Amino acid sequence: MSGTFVGMPAFPTAAREALADSQLRHNLAHATGTIRAKRARVVAEVEDWEELRLAGAAVKERALLDLDTQLVRLEETLTANGATVHWARDAAEANAIVASIAKAHDAQEVVKVKSMVTQEIGLNEALAADGIAAWETDLAELIVQLGDDLPSHILVPAIHRNRAEIREIFRSRMAAAGRPAPIDLTDEPAVLAAAAREHLREKFLRAKVGVSGANFAVAETGTLVVVESEGNGRMCLTLPEVLVSVVGIEKVVSRWEDLDPLLRLLPRSSTGERMNPYTSTWSGITPGDGPQEVHVVLLDNGRTRALADEVGRQALRCIRCSACLNVCPVYERTGGHAYGSVYPGPIGAILNPLLKGVGHDDQIDSLPYASSLCGACFEVCPVRIDIPSVLVDQRAQVVDAHRGGVPKPEGAAMKGAAYVLGRSRRLSALERLTGLGMRFARRFGPSAWTGARDLPEAPEESFRAWWQRTDGGRKDDA
Amino acid sequence: MVTCINDALYPGTGQAVLRLLRRLGVEVDFPQAQTCCGQPMVNTGYLDEAVPVVRTFVDAFAGYDAVVTPSGSCAGSARHQHSIVARRSGDEALEKAVAEVGPKVYELSEFLIDVLNVTDVGAYYPHRVTYHPTCHSLRMLGVGDRPRRLLEAVRGIRLVDLPGADQCCGFGGTFAVKNADISVAMGADKARHIRETGAEVVVAGDNSCLTHIGGVLSRQRSGVRTVHLAEILASTEAGSIERTLR
Repeated sequence: MSGTFVGMPAFPTAAREALADSQLRHNLAHATGTIRAKRARVVAEVEDWEELRLAGAAVKERALLDLDTQLVRLEETLTANGATVHWARDAAEANAIVASIAKAHDAQEVVKVKSMVTQEIGLNEALAADGIAAWETDLAELIVQLGDDLPSHILVPAIHRNRAEIREIFRSRMAAAGRPAPIDLTDEPAVLAAAAREHLREKFLRAKVGVSGANFAVAETGTLVVVESEGNGRMCLTLPEVLVSVVGIEKVVSRWEDLDPLLRLLPRSSTGERMNPYTSTWSGITPGDGPQEVHVVLLDNGRTRALADEVGRQALRCIRCSACLNVCPVYERTGGHAYGSVYPGPIGAILNPLLKGVGHDDQIDSLPYASSLCGACFEVCPVRIDIPSVLVDQRAQVVDAHRGGVPKPEGAAMKGAAYVLGRSRRLSALERLTGLGMRFARRFGPSAWTGARDLPEAPEESFRAWWQRTDGGRKDDA
Repeated sequence: MVTCINDALYPGTGQAVLRLLRRLGVEVDFPQAQTCCGQPMVNTGYLDEAVPVVRTFVDAFAGYDAVVTPSGSCAGSARHQHSIVARRSGDEALEKAVAEVGPKVYELSEFLIDVLNVTDVGAYYPHRVTYHPTCHSLRMLGVGDRPRRLLEAVRGIRLVDLPGADQCCGFGGTFAVKNADISVAMGADKARHIRETGAEVVVAGDNSCLTHIGGVLSRQRSGVRTVHLAEILASTEAGSIERTLR
């Protein structure tokens, strides 16, 4: 797994399966509806929310436009703080670096903070191939890992599961991974959380190596930041002797004070909280406190490709809050698995094509079309990523990548439409056939449209024909 | 700009705009060179194919004080997407023409409230109606509550709130056929909310969305009809010109 789940079908096919899963539909509608309402409530409390969005977008944009300088500065400050900085071009390089650090300490296992980037590079699978167990310690990631499942949401990877399903996963799978679930396990959230806590505690206390990502990396001070809710991250970041953090190069911000708007935008946008329970910051090594060996792997894996895309580069501003997923009418109905990537929803529909390029994989090429362009994502994005505009631009790139090959029916139709719509005379001639066309479509369905929707009745004449016949309604309209 | 879909399928909407604007004292022309705004091509990724369509658009509408259209989506396309197509064409004259015409394009409710400064257009419509704000009018143009204010001033109307009103109906242009299953799932939820209101009529400012919503409602034999905003605003005690979906 490297960003895109291997062997996934194109979006419409995967979506059809998801749509038929009534339990999934129910779980998702309930969960996204709840988070959506919470977010709306706490965002409405902030009078200058729009200014805050602009500030957050500006901070990220400034760092991205100056990325080469900021990254070198980050390397210098991290190194001065006692951290070891590694550079990884792609998933394979990053995974090899993490594995070699674990092996150097004879570690058979690592404990992990919830991190999107390590999901993106398939770190757990790569470490497993080297005989190293990677334990997810975030509650939702734990549910996904124990269930041998795939994440379906950026913030809540197990959003597709309800608590009855989670109880069943804990009951049947925990024992094989360590401390078993208590016999009297119920599906009460507090009871489930307590079971996870007991299960994880022995792993926290035993592990020599911790692995994390980072929400932000401050170039000025050489500081990494992890924002979380559960406190498991704080355990992973402080208890092990060795800490390895894999950080996408777009996570860098220039100055410490740049964190101000971002740390205010993120919790309200993601969990719908005014403030997140745990914000951990660490600047290399502090003698006698926390890990005494600190590594930072700075990862490209397609980010420089995205940065080169004039319209799409704004996607690198993303702070992984998942507000766009929660408001997306498509995501709400299909869930995350249909997108075939650890980055689902509207942001995934642009990020995957940007990181990997279009024109060589039908699954990726289908993602920019996985949207009705309703614009709800842009409206809630805390760093003002204009996702609909990027989607439209990505669609043009998909079409352009396939130009010159065997013409597809859609391309031929668009060329035909361009011909007809280029001159009103041609359109007028075609409109005389509207009624015939509608009768044909009704009769010879079911097509993609008429399978579940009726077509309107065709009028006796077009507006254009009426205008000509009646001189714009001035002549008697009979 | 009557729009291609209204021209071919809903001439009554175009006639309603004409009647309404003339009633309000506006001199209205229908430049017959007009065809389409090009949005179907742009939103499907066919930018080259959109170039001749955008060129036809600016040729047809150059020189008018205002271009009024009964569609938030087509207005959004002209105002926000034509510049992308023009830049792609590499034709500087087209870029210039687009920059001149684009800002003069108004969605109907914007034109009535912002340019004509009217909210009460003298309409009469004695029906139970629920209003669906279409996504592009709401989020691309930012028409806000303008259509609602116009509807509230209509005599005889009973306007009922639509639950989940700001959620997309699932039309989305070619999305409706490229991802037909999701489109229909979204349409089914929209139809359910509409039926919950007990309204006879669902009104919106875009006939493309209404074709989809109406298609679902009609297949369900729901007994709810779709009507364009312009047709309600054009209706008076002297007569209604609304068309109905069958």
